[in-house]
Amino acid sequence: MTFRNLTLAAMLATAPLCAQAEESIIVQSTTSTANSGLYDYLLPLFTGKTGITVNVVAVGTGQAIKNAANCDGDVLLVHAKPAEEKFVAEGRGTQRTDLMYNDFVVVGPAADPAGIAGSHDIEAALKSIADAGAAFASRGDDSGTHKAEMRLWQAAGVTPDGDWYRPTGSGMGATLNTGIGMGAYVLTDRATWINFGNKQDYQIAVEGDDAMFNQYGVIPVNPARCPAVKVDAGKAFSDWLLSPEGQEAIAGYKIDGQQLFFPNAPKVAN
Amino acid sequence: MQDFGDAFALAFGLVLNPTSDLLEIVGLSLRVSLSACLLSCLIGLPLGALLAVTRFRGRGAVLVLLNALMGLPPVVVGLLVYLALSRAGPLGFLGLLYTPTAMILAQAVLITPIVAALSRQVLEGLNDEYADQFRSLCLTRWQSMAALIRDGRTALVTVALAGFGRAVAEVGAVMIVGGNIDHLTRVMTTAIALETSKGELARALALGIVLMVIALAVNAAVQGLRTRTEAEAAHA
Repeated sequence: MTFRNLTLAAMLATAPLCAQAEESIIVQSTTSTANSGLYDYLLPLFTGKTGITVNVVAVGTGQAIKNAANCDGDVLLVHAKPAEEKFVAEGRGTQRTDLMYNDFVVVGPAADPAGIAGSHDIEAALKSIADAGAAFASRGDDSGTHKAEMRLWQAAGVTPDGDWYRPTGSGMGATLNTGIGMGAYVLTDRATWINFGNKQDYQIAVEGDDAMFNQYGVIPVNPARCPAVKVDAGKAFSDWLLSPEGQEAIAGYKIDGQQLFFPNAPKVAN
Repeated sequence: MQDFGDAFALAFGLVLNPTSDLLEIVGLSLRVSLSACLLSCLIGLPLGALLAVTRFRGRGAVLVLLNALMGLPPVVVGLLVYLALSRAGPLGFLGLLYTPTAMILAQAVLITPIVAALSRQVLEGLNDEYADQFRSLCLTRWQSMAALIRDGRTALVTVALAGFGRAVAEVGAVMIVGGNIDHLTRVMTTAIALETSKGELARALALGIVLMVIALAVNAAVQGLRTRTEAEAAHA
């Protein structure tokens, strides 16, 4: 390589990578909403209307909240209400609003070693899994789903511990892959499960218990804490999600005719 | 296992008839990893050459450290760069987190030790051969380094390719500092991780095959370039 070529290449490498004229925001969100394909459906509608590009970083709820607390995002959209309320109470977010819900389900192999298939009672089902010593793969990553799972174990009066209990420390889809690989039961949100491509002989074993309700909330990051936050664009996005139009769009996202998320933002007169 | 057959069919289709999304992802992968490779060569080659021609107290320790840094886990590099570039971090004011530039920086941090350590190894051997000549010509240290890099360029291209290979294949660092954002920071490896997490195993493997094809093409292009320059040098 000649010197001239090298200089040219160096200039190319250091030149601004993309000059973005239009406005863009970063949304810290969860793997469950991203893996379900919701954003691929919603974001073009919002961007088409406002011209604001929405960049979604999909990580576990724990990491999403941590990233937003570091001011590395404009809007937080996660599903762990106590942690979200703490985030707002600490002054890191301006306001938390219910956005939508779906539910958790327990999926398991056709062989059903704990004999829980068809159950609508999550506490009894978890007890049966623990009693049978049937393998159970947990997220183990401080995500919203993991927090919900820990609440359910506590309600069932079981301390999950032993060879049969296997925390994977990874995202929803990765945990499903791992769990299915070892014939373990897995607690997952329904949206990720419906959209999941590697089901093999797995089926939903437990569903329809009120305790498996999965609420999502939206929080704009507080500009008083994070001066770099794009306040107007972030608020435009969360307002749109909570508006009748955004709520209708959420309800309209379906896979194979099944609705994945159910909007439940409070109706406000404004 | 049905996935293997599906994956190869899908990969074949993608290579012959790439979607615009795939081209965007491939383009970003190449841009990020080639830029990181270039940046690491600009730092690593002179550093390796300097270590090859100098002798000082503690040099052994520096070499051990440099060699150990070749084993830096990408996810640790990602975390370090995240902490530096985060709005809450020392370089947060630059607003670089979740941009391709952040990914280039992370990969450059990852592979600079590889480029420096391997080029030190290559150039030190050459230096042993040339040391007497350098002395008789009374070359300065800088002139010696330049001569070594020039004469060792064939081997150094392989060093650069090793760095590029490591950069384009890693997922841990770019996932953290890039965020795997669609149309902005999604590269081949993070796309593969995403498809795997969606349970789309055949699609993930197909993307992996496409990545291998690209690595092959880059290596073949460099090999072709090298053969040509060597032929030109022989004629000159």
